[in-house]
Amino acid sequence: MNYEAVIGLEVHVQIKTHSKVFTRVVAGYGHEPNTLTDPVVLALPGTLPVMNKAALDAIIKAGLLLGCEIAPVCKWDRKQYFYPDSPKNYQISQYDQPICIGGSVEIELPGAARNIMGEHRKIPLTRIHLEEDVGKLNHHVADSLVDYNRAGTPLMEIVSEPAMHTAEEAYAYLTSIRHTMIYGGISDCDMEKGQLRCDANISIRPVGETKLGTKVELKNLNSISYVRDGIAHEIKRQLAVVAAGGKLIQETRDYDGQTGTSQSLRSKEMAHDYRYFPDPDLMPVQVDAAWKEKLRAECPELPFDKQRRFLRDYQVPYTITSVLIPERELSDFFEASAKLAGPGRAQAVGNWIANDLLRELSAAKLPLAAAKITPASLAELVGLIEAGTLLNAAAKEVFAAMFVTGEAPAAVVARLGLAAAPSDAGELEAWCRDSIAANPKALAEFKAGKDSAINAFKGPVMKAGKGKANPKLVDETLRRLLAGA
Amino acid sequence: MAAPSDLNIDRVAELSRLALTAEEKVRFSAQLGSVLGHIEQLSKIDVTGIEPTAHAFPLHNIWAADVARPGLAVADALRNAPAQRENMIVVPKVME
Repeated sequence: MNYEAVIGLEVHVQIKTHSKVFTRVVAGYGHEPNTLTDPVVLALPGTLPVMNKAALDAIIKAGLLLGCEIAPVCKWDRKQYFYPDSPKNYQISQYDQPICIGGSVEIELPGAARNIMGEHRKIPLTRIHLEEDVGKLNHHVADSLVDYNRAGTPLMEIVSEPAMHTAEEAYAYLTSIRHTMIYGGISDCDMEKGQLRCDANISIRPVGETKLGTKVELKNLNSISYVRDGIAHEIKRQLAVVAAGGKLIQETRDYDGQTGTSQSLRSKEMAHDYRYFPDPDLMPVQVDAAWKEKLRAECPELPFDKQRRFLRDYQVPYTITSVLIPERELSDFFEASAKLAGPGRAQAVGNWIANDLLRELSAAKLPLAAAKITPASLAELVGLIEAGTLLNAAAKEVFAAMFVTGEAPAAVVARLGLAAAPSDAGELEAWCRDSIAANPKALAEFKAGKDSAINAFKGPVMKAGKGKANPKLVDETLRRLLAGA
Repeated sequence: MAAPSDLNIDRVAELSRLALTAEEKVRFSAQLGSVLGHIEQLSKIDVTGIEPTAHAFPLHNIWAADVARPGLAVADALRNAPAQRENMIVVPKVME
């Protein structure tokens, strides 16, 4: 029998705010343990939560970006459980009235080759709700240590429908969410810092069956490649259990990315009974059209929309766009520079960014914001090359100098004496004549209609000009002389 | 009031991480039973056509601007902890 896997993902995204979601102490990562607490975080008696407006703005924006319906009214509930990561013994979350309903995440599957765009699909969402993050436990041999810095950080839970079927799709889904949230300024989505976390619900069923099989929840998929590897591993495990005549049980499994194995955490028979009820300390939130429209106006163009626009309007190759698009600042840099460079030069601009600029930034360990090269100076550089005043080899040198000093390309060219073209047109013509005379074979070929034979004359000319001859001018001169030869 | 038959006091105790004695189980079953009885009484009220609300007041959108302020000093934050190490609260070893 043939089986298919069914995957649903629960993705937690920390919202980037200055203060926590229900109190105003600083929210942040990498601080000394228990330095980001206050009486509300620690649930000291008599404290009351107060909603952070910025967290609401952010989650509504996320919902708008993912095409969700924004609920006209939503409320907060208490999810009761006893565990040391939550000092209140409940987590404030949203149960039956989440703020965002439905929506979808557009994903791109791997293409047939790296330079070919893959198939796009939309993965439907169930909901997105706002809750508070919990503290962090550090496990030791004999005990556990609790740090409440993370507790109370605004956290979105994005829940997908069980609509994915492969580990690749799950990977693409998570990547797309990550890019969208970064574009929206909603979260930095750094998985190493726990700003993006993922649990997967995985089951298998015979192809054609519509009912879902027994679900296994896979936890600790804490890097984007662990998500892919962990899900692939779990699907294989389930298929093997069934192939061996076994029966799958509903359980939670912990994936260990280091070893590529998983182990059962606890049986779902003892499923939590969270006893949700409305939190009496927090009032419901009403979202009206004006609020929604204000946030919609702040929403950026979605990454995939931007990519389609770049392909269409700037005619840049897919491979270049797939380098530019994941980083909003990089794609903005490209667009600004391509506009300044003018028609027909966007691909060159894209190449300089995707190859040279990124390489220099990575070698210098600098973020794009710290780059001394500006969209304008890059556009100018491309202009010099296209005009034939600067040769490609020399341009690399100019670029390297621009990267270090921030000078305008024309200034570098002047300072280093890298300008192309000998001043004497007569000298160039003489080199061209010599080159044609020295290669009768290529001359015959060219005359016979083989246009590319012209290239054979260019080498000696460039050599005579010590690499500074303007290739455009060389081409023109050669063609003129050949036409008369 | 006697405990309703669907009240599983062992399960409630487990969820609350409470180790109850046999005598406590009987006592709390009865007490919880009377709470449930009260809820049962409320359940009998006909609420057709009444919109469910989470609160008694028609009050919405109570929030504060996202302006961070300093919190507690670590020593104060940990003052009530029965045990601490490396500025963290020590708890018995837990799963996950």
